Amino acid sequence: MQHPAFEEVSFHHHSDDADFKKRVRKTTILLSVLTVIELAIGLTIYNIHKGPNPSAGLVLAFKGLVCILTLAKAYYIVSVFMHLGDEIRNMIMTIVVPLMLFIWFIFAFIYEGNSYKNLKNTYDPYFKETTMPKPHQAAEEAPVEKPSGKE
Amino acid sequence: MSTPATVHQTKWWSGGKSPFNLEYGKLMMWYFLMSDAFTFGAFLISYGSIRFSQNFWPDPNVVFNAFPGAGHANLPLAFVSVMTFILIISSVTMVLAVHAGHKGDKQGVIKWMLWTILGGLAFLGCQAWEWHHLLTGEHLVLAEGKLELIGQNMRENPWGQLVHDTQALTAALNTSSHETLVHIVHSHNHEHTIAELAAKTDTELKGMINLAEMHVREKGPVAFGGYFFGITGFHGFHVFSGVVINVIMLIMTQKNVFQNKGHYLMIEKAGLYWHFVDLVWVFVFLCFYLI
Repeated sequence: MQHPAFEEVSFHHHSDDADFKKRVRKTTILLSVLTVIELAIGLTIYNIHKGPNPSAGLVLAFKGLVCILTLAKAYYIVSVFMHLGDEIRNMIMTIVVPLMLFIWFIFAFIYEGNSYKNLKNTYDPYFKETTMPKPHQAAEEAPVEKPSGKE
Repeated sequence: MSTPATVHQTKWWSGGKSPFNLEYGKLMMWYFLMSDAFTFGAFLISYGSIRFSQNFWPDPNVVFNAFPGAGHANLPLAFVSVMTFILIISSVTMVLAVHAGHKGDKQGVIKWMLWTILGGLAFLGCQAWEWHHLLTGEHLVLAEGKLELIGQNMRENPWGQLVHDTQALTAALNTSSHETLVHIVHSHNHEHTIAELAAKTDTELKGMINLAEMHVREKGPVAFGGYFFGITGFHGFHVFSGVVINVIMLIMTQKNVFQNKGHYLMIEKAGLYWHFVDLVWVFVFLCFYLI
C-alpha cells in the first residue's frame, strides 16, 4: 500500500504482483498434492483392513504418515495463506509458543485414554467380552490348517 | 524471511509504533484464533482420548462411503475429498481477495469475495447432505438377540463389528416381528412399497432376506456420534459464521466503506478467520476421516 493506514504500522511488506501469484499457485498445488497423497494413504489403509491379514504395524505407520502430511498442510496454510511467515519473529512466537502446550496435551490425554482402557479390560469382564474385536476371519479359519490349535 | 535492513534499525519497543508492526484489530484476530485453536484442540484431543479408551472403533471408510446420487455404491473418502477441495479452493480465492484489497482494487475484492462465499455455501451444503445421510440411513444391527434397523445419531451407532455367527442371525430373524421384517426387506429392496411388503406373509418376507449379503453388525461405541456431530457441527458453525462475515465484508466493499477509509484491512481480518476455518478442517478431516 502506498500510504500507511495506521501510524503504529511503520513498515509495509511490498510484494511483487507476479511473485505473489506464483507463490499462491505453488502453495495451492502443494496443498492439493498433499491432500491427494493423504487420500491415497486413506484408501490404502482401507484395503489393508479389508485384506486377509491386516498388519496393525503397517496401518499405524500409514496413520503416522498422514499425521505428518497434515502438519505440513497446516504449516503452509498458516505461513503462506495467513502470512504468519511474513510477520515479525516476536509476534510469531507469541502465537506459536503457547500452541506448544498441545505437544504435552496430546500425549497426556491419549495416554490417559489408553490407561482407562487397560483398567476396564482388567476389572470389567463384561466390557472386555462385548467390545474386544473378534479374531479376523482368516484367524478363525486357522485352526482348520493347524489341528493343534483346536481345543 | 526477507526483511529489509530498515527493520533491524527500527527501535520497535521505544513507543509510538506497534512492536509487532501489526494493526491492533489484526493482532487481536490472531489471538482470538489462537484461543479458538485451543477450543478445537481440546475437542479433538478429548475425542482421541475416548477413542483410545475403547477396544473397538468404527473404520471411517466403512461409515463415510456414500456419495450424492450414487445410491448404495461403496465409495470411501470420495465425498469428503470433494468437501476438502472446496474448502482449499475457497481459501485460495480468499487470498486473492485480500491481495486485491492490498492493491485497492474494489472490483477484484468483490469478485474473489463472491467466489469465497460460494465455496463456503457449497461446503455447508455438502455437510448438510452428509449429516442427513448419516441420520436417516438405516443399517441392520444385531443387538441382544434382536435385529434392528438404526441410523447414526447421538444415541446409537450402527457401525459395530460384523456378526459372523449365522446361527444367531437366523435365530434373531425367526423371532423378528412382521413390521421389522417389512423394514429389513424395504431397506434393501426398493422395488416394493411398504404397503405391498406388509401384505406378504412372514415366510415370504424371510425368503427375500439374505443375511449373508447384508453385513449385519453389532452396535458400535455411542461416543462416535456425539463426537462426530459435535466437532463437525462446531466446525460447520464456524464456516457458517465465516460466510456471514464474508457477506458483510462484501456489502461493505460494495458500499465503498473500505475505499473511503483508504484501506481494506477488514478484508484481511475476515481472511484470517476464513483461513483458520480451512485449517481446522484439515485436522477434522485427519481425525475423523483418515485415521
